[in-house]
Amino acid sequence: MTTAVSILPEQQLAVLNAAYRQAVSRRRLRLLLGAAIFAAALVLAAIGAEVNLRTLFTYFGNFISYFDRILTLDNGQRVWTDVGEWFWGWRKWLKMLGETLLISYVGTLIGATFAFCLNFFAAENTSPAPWLRFTVRRLLEFARTVPGIVFALVFVIAFGLGPMAGVLAIAIHSTGALGKLFSEIVENADMKPVEGIRSTGASWLSCMRFAIVPQVTAGYASYALLRFEINVREASVMGFVGAGGIGQELVVAIRKFYYSDVSAILLTIIVTVFIIDITTGWLRGRLFGKEARA
Amino acid sequence: MTKPQEVDAAQIRARYPDVFDRPASARLATPAMIVAAFAILIYGLVDLDFSPSRFFAGLSQLGWITLMMIPPDPGSSLPVYLKALGETLSIALLGTTLAAVFALPVSLLAARNIVPSNILRFPIRRFLDSIRGVDTLIWALVWINVVGLGPFAGVLAIAVSDFGAFGKLFSEAIEGADQKQVEGIRASGGSALHEIRFGLLPQVLPVIAGQVLYFIESNTRSATIIGIVGAGGIGLQLAEQIRVLEWQKVSFLILMILVAVAAIDFISGKLRFAIIGRRAAA
Repeated sequence: MTTAVSILPEQQLAVLNAAYRQAVSRRRLRLLLGAAIFAAALVLAAIGAEVNLRTLFTYFGNFISYFDRILTLDNGQRVWTDVGEWFWGWRKWLKMLGETLLISYVGTLIGATFAFCLNFFAAENTSPAPWLRFTVRRLLEFARTVPGIVFALVFVIAFGLGPMAGVLAIAIHSTGALGKLFSEIVENADMKPVEGIRSTGASWLSCMRFAIVPQVTAGYASYALLRFEINVREASVMGFVGAGGIGQELVVAIRKFYYSDVSAILLTIIVTVFIIDITTGWLRGRLFGKEARA
Repeated sequence: MTKPQEVDAAQIRARYPDVFDRPASARLATPAMIVAAFAILIYGLVDLDFSPSRFFAGLSQLGWITLMMIPPDPGSSLPVYLKALGETLSIALLGTTLAAVFALPVSLLAARNIVPSNILRFPIRRFLDSIRGVDTLIWALVWINVVGLGPFAGVLAIAVSDFGAFGKLFSEAIEGADQKQVEGIRASGGSALHEIRFGLLPQVLPVIAGQVLYFIESNTRSATIIGIVGAGGIGLQLAEQIRVLEWQKVSFLILMILVAVAAIDFISGKLRFAIIGRRAAA
């Protein structure tokens, strides 16, 4: 069996070809224009950020050798040859690490509690009044957009140096982030239970308690766990501005060039973040599994 | 007309034992978890030196600070702040682009459908994970040690920490790509590089472009804070003004950051929509 491909007459083909070429060249031109604008923006940015390639070339070796240096003990040996010497301050670091975890735990819990209280006002379908929704939404937006460490800087001055400032900064930032996510869950909730409960003459509060909350708790818990994971990272740098946690030790070690300490503390942080990631991932899997079974 | 069936509580209890007679372990699980959560909370509050007196003293202090912030006023340093804001935006744009350029080839190596061997893929994945495990601020401190104070250290810090994130995201995008087009290229006699260039990249580039834009957006936020440790940009000004207690300038700077972030959100939202819309149309 032969298949025949019909070929259009010459004139018709020429017109089609021309149109195709034009379309392609127009697309190419647009792409080229986009690339040119992007390149111009990059050049402008490079000037603005004082990029100096010569500095980079001269010092890039330093970056590599920095890792060489942080992996070397004072006596010139590699760090892993003498773990006891490498982790000489492990008691202190573990204590600071515990403080970091507590900061993120307490901050997440306080933030989640506030977010829980506020999110029903921010959600489209449950908010009692439009002006209330507007106000709460702007408030959450503000808490979310200002970086946590900026809050920490201000709180360190108001509440004094120490973990309290870190906890409050993380709590406020978490309130903003979780409030938005929580209200999105509420907006996706089924409204029929609410109607059922309202038809029995229940108040707004009872509607939320018995119709919305049972639907959303698993989602809330999942997002709160995810936030805890993020907050552990955030809490590990709160010490940079004096707001407690292991960041304080790290910044001292980096600034004073205690090289092997830097690698030891960094390793501690990385391992902790890994463990927290895996644990919360497992917990979230279980939570969502439970929801699916019910 | 039939009367509704009379049911009493005992009958319902007998009919649905799962609901009414749950074992004690299941009934106590939730309260036990809540009690444990609160116990840790209380322990944390005590351990972290929370005291009501300190809290309220701080709160009243915070009230004063807020009052002193009004009205926001840049004083005579508006040009300096505008320049710092430009620096911040430059850091975000340049850092993200640099990260994306370096992450693309590495993400190919970390994708299962391109490098099937676990031996090569596993170390690359762990390497990317450890880069992501270190916060941008820490990278900023390291780079300051290497290239000195200034925005250039910020660019490199954002580039390194995003490199880890992009490597993972890009490789996931590549793994999610349709294999049929790659097979088509192979069937017509294309080499492995041809497969990537004509089979994979056209599929994943719009996804990648969307992610890069999103990261430029979120890096505008990160770039504002890395200044706090000395890596340039508006964060440097902010930290300085907070330390010298110039609250009116502080509130002005915070407003500037909020406006800039909102503007970047808006622009990148439009651009992302344009890119993804084009993919849907194609």
